[in-house]
Amino acid sequence: MSAPLLRSALAGPRLAPPEPRQGWLHLSPINRRRLSNFQSHRRGLWSFWIFMVLFVLSLFAEFIANDRPILVVYKGEVLLPILHDYPEEKFGGFLARTDYRDQVIAKEIDDHGFMVWPPIRYSYKTINRQLPTPAPSPPTWMLSQAQCKSAAARFSKSDPDGGCNGIEWNWLGTDDQGRDVLARLIYGFRLSLLFGLTLAGVSSVIGIAAGAVQGYFGGWTDLVFQRFIEIWSSLPHLYLLIIISSIITPSFFVLLGILLLFSWVNLVHVVRAECLRTRNFEYVNAARALGLTNAAIIFKHVLPNAMVATLTFLPFVLNGSITTLTALDFLGFGLPPGSPSLGELLLQGKSNLQAPWLGLTGFIVIAAMLSLLIFIGEAVRDAFDPRKTLQ
Amino acid sequence: MPDAPLLDVRDLTVAFRQGALETPAVDGVSFTLEKGRTLALVGESGSGKSVTALSIVRLLPPGVAPRGKALFRGEDLLTCSEARLRAIRGAKITMVFQEPMTSLNPLHTIERQIGEILELHGARGAQKIRGRIVELLEEVGIADPGERLGAFPHQLSGGQRQRVMIAMALANRPDLFIADEPTTALDVTVQAQILDLLKELQARHGMAMLFITHDLNIVRKVADDVAVMQKGKIVEAGGVAEIFAAPRHPYTKALIAAEPKGMPPKVDRAAKTILSAQDLRVWFPIKRGFFRRTVGFVKAVDGLSVTVREGETVGVVGESGSGKTTLGLALLRLIRSEGAIVFLGRRIDGLRFKAMRPLRRDMQIVFQDPYGSLSPRLSVADIVAEGLGVQDKALPYADRREIVARALHDTGLDPAAMDRYPHEFSGGQRQRIAIARAMVLEPKFIVLDEPTSALDMSVQAQIVDLLRDLQKRRGLAYLFISHDLRVVRALSSEIIVMRHGKVVEAGPAAELLGNPRSDYTRALFAAAFDIKAEAGAALSD
Repeated sequence: MSAPLLRSALAGPRLAPPEPRQGWLHLSPINRRRLSNFQSHRRGLWSFWIFMVLFVLSLFAEFIANDRPILVVYKGEVLLPILHDYPEEKFGGFLARTDYRDQVIAKEIDDHGFMVWPPIRYSYKTINRQLPTPAPSPPTWMLSQAQCKSAAARFSKSDPDGGCNGIEWNWLGTDDQGRDVLARLIYGFRLSLLFGLTLAGVSSVIGIAAGAVQGYFGGWTDLVFQRFIEIWSSLPHLYLLIIISSIITPSFFVLLGILLLFSWVNLVHVVRAECLRTRNFEYVNAARALGLTNAAIIFKHVLPNAMVATLTFLPFVLNGSITTLTALDFLGFGLPPGSPSLGELLLQGKSNLQAPWLGLTGFIVIAAMLSLLIFIGEAVRDAFDPRKTLQ
Repeated sequence: MPDAPLLDVRDLTVAFRQGALETPAVDGVSFTLEKGRTLALVGESGSGKSVTALSIVRLLPPGVAPRGKALFRGEDLLTCSEARLRAIRGAKITMVFQEPMTSLNPLHTIERQIGEILELHGARGAQKIRGRIVELLEEVGIADPGERLGAFPHQLSGGQRQRVMIAMALANRPDLFIADEPTTALDVTVQAQILDLLKELQARHGMAMLFITHDLNIVRKVADDVAVMQKGKIVEAGGVAEIFAAPRHPYTKALIAAEPKGMPPKVDRAAKTILSAQDLRVWFPIKRGFFRRTVGFVKAVDGLSVTVREGETVGVVGESGSGKTTLGLALLRLIRSEGAIVFLGRRIDGLRFKAMRPLRRDMQIVFQDPYGSLSPRLSVADIVAEGLGVQDKALPYADRREIVARALHDTGLDPAAMDRYPHEFSGGQRQRIAIARAMVLEPKFIVLDEPTSALDMSVQAQIVDLLRDLQKRRGLAYLFISHDLRVVRALSSEIIVMRHGKVVEAGPAAELLGNPRSDYTRALFAAAFDIKAEAGAALSD
């Protein structure tokens, strides 16, 4: 290629202005206007921040609710039980893994150092063996002193007469296996969100790619792909899922894979329609005249336009993914038993109607989470609304 | 009130609000219009002409309230009730808009659309209404009106649609007829016919006409009085003859002087041939039936030969649908074609897209619409540098910026603005950016596809000067596609007249313009230069 020719004009004084200083996030004016539209949507903005705080907190679930301390200083040695498993021999016990909730071990450590506990001393799988009432046990603040009395007398060394103040609290009660509901809630929230985000993210990537290819190339590609999608999406998802999950144990990733098989279809139509429109713009033609490859044109010119529809859809796709997982767990076809999941909490609520705290907690958390996402989705939709942009 | 004028607009002010910011679109406009006269509102885009017209009949978007007075026969239209306004609109005051393709409902026959207006304003009886519709269609010059009653808008040509719009506007014998750029979207030949029709109808019915346009030649032809608008204000008003003879305001002077002028540079007949095509054909198959058999072809370009030499401009003129743009795209190998194309001494018609890529730096295109041809998401620097990245991947970033800056400088833009986004530039500046994008690769051949059509007259002249200047400095070869013969005359040394994909006439510009041989060319020139419809000329409707 005759590259030197392009450079030949470079003699003489320079005309280019210094590069503008760009912040950590460089936004085109359209996106800047969208951001300010989003920020002026009060409810959406608040929902967004509340959601982000909850989400980030739940990412550190191990530091909030755990059955082992964050930090142990024992005989001058600094230990991090949250990151490492220490054999109980270290503290004079005999188990392969230390049970820090064991009163003997706790006393041993307290005598030779100290422990820093997370605010909630249960993990999602910790079974509380010191329940004042049979499981499912109600939230401790709902118990009478009489109910707590015997438990406190049996289990509390420091304050055997303290009643409910003497025992370890379950703020939202326990489920029917004696596991703390609040701890399971925090882990379940994280699991649902991570599952939803991964599913929505991966299916968007696949859906956008498929839609962009169909829309940009059109013609036979479009025709064949569309017919395939029509057949594919008319398969009965739920039955297929039930059949598959009866053959392989559905773990997080197996479930993700199965749901992904069908969920990528949702976005294809939107993206395809946008791309069919965009490919006729003159700047796409100009790019072809400049010799850009099809892939470069799709990424640089066509997709940024299709992203509007996608981003508007994304919170709703996320909601759909979370609901799907919850529904599967509720039906018992979801994650393996013992996993902290919101659907499983609802199922327990259904089978233990005498323990309303189970169902109520699950309902409120799911409703709040989905509402937050819908409010965010509304704000995003408004921010991307071209009529708003033009005003 | 015998002495009151038909329409008396006093101190009309319209402001659009964006957030807390208020932008005045019309700022204290006053004018009067007598029965039987034509007032032309002239100005460049954004000067508030259309907003003025729309606010007289209160058709502005909701939330925009015009202030001032618009007295129609002494009655203030800006304050009267909606019901009263509805009775006036479509009966006493009617409008015709610019775009005939979208102002008719595509799902209704023209009989139904015209009939609706008649019925809304009191006509009864199916036979009577039908008779009236036929009468109206005949009046606006639609051949065989009885046969055309059942036609849908898509079965009519652009000119015919505009005629139907005019028939609808005339249906109730209005006193005031507002025409908002009624011919801008039409071919020059059709434009001349429509203008003749409007003049004739006005004379026959004695109605007043408020004519909005950006084209001073049309004003000279149709209007009695003219009001020149700039930035929402009327800067000069008066009789057409006086204003054209002795414009006082500098803006009016600039507008009148803004015609694309100058002559194409002298061409060396022996100059190197940049591109030539022999017997070029672009046929789109028409497929029918279950097995999609090809039953015929739309011959967009049919057996056309063209040669473009270094430093020379070949003008391609013709009405819309004559295959001009298709020719340009085919020469650049952006659509499939048959026939030999030789570019810089090399056959390129068989090359694949990938093999074409290195050649693309020597052949570029500039499109008509400067709003559609620049991606709104990229900064000007990114847009112009796009081709550089493809053609020379090793070019360092700083050098690329410098080359872009020089290209912008060459096209008359300030390089300091290169990090801004297209929406911050005016139409003319955007077209300069599009030209810079094509020029930055230092091509040898550029297809200019109506590069001035979407621009205001004064900006057109600047762009034409710029193109000619760049051609002189770099020895560029242009293929200049346009329906605007005045611009073509100012640039081209060779002209090809196209019709239905075929060449009607071709030759050196001076010869062709001075002495057109075919009837079609003659009619085209008459319509373009004198806005005159030649009787009996072989023109499409």
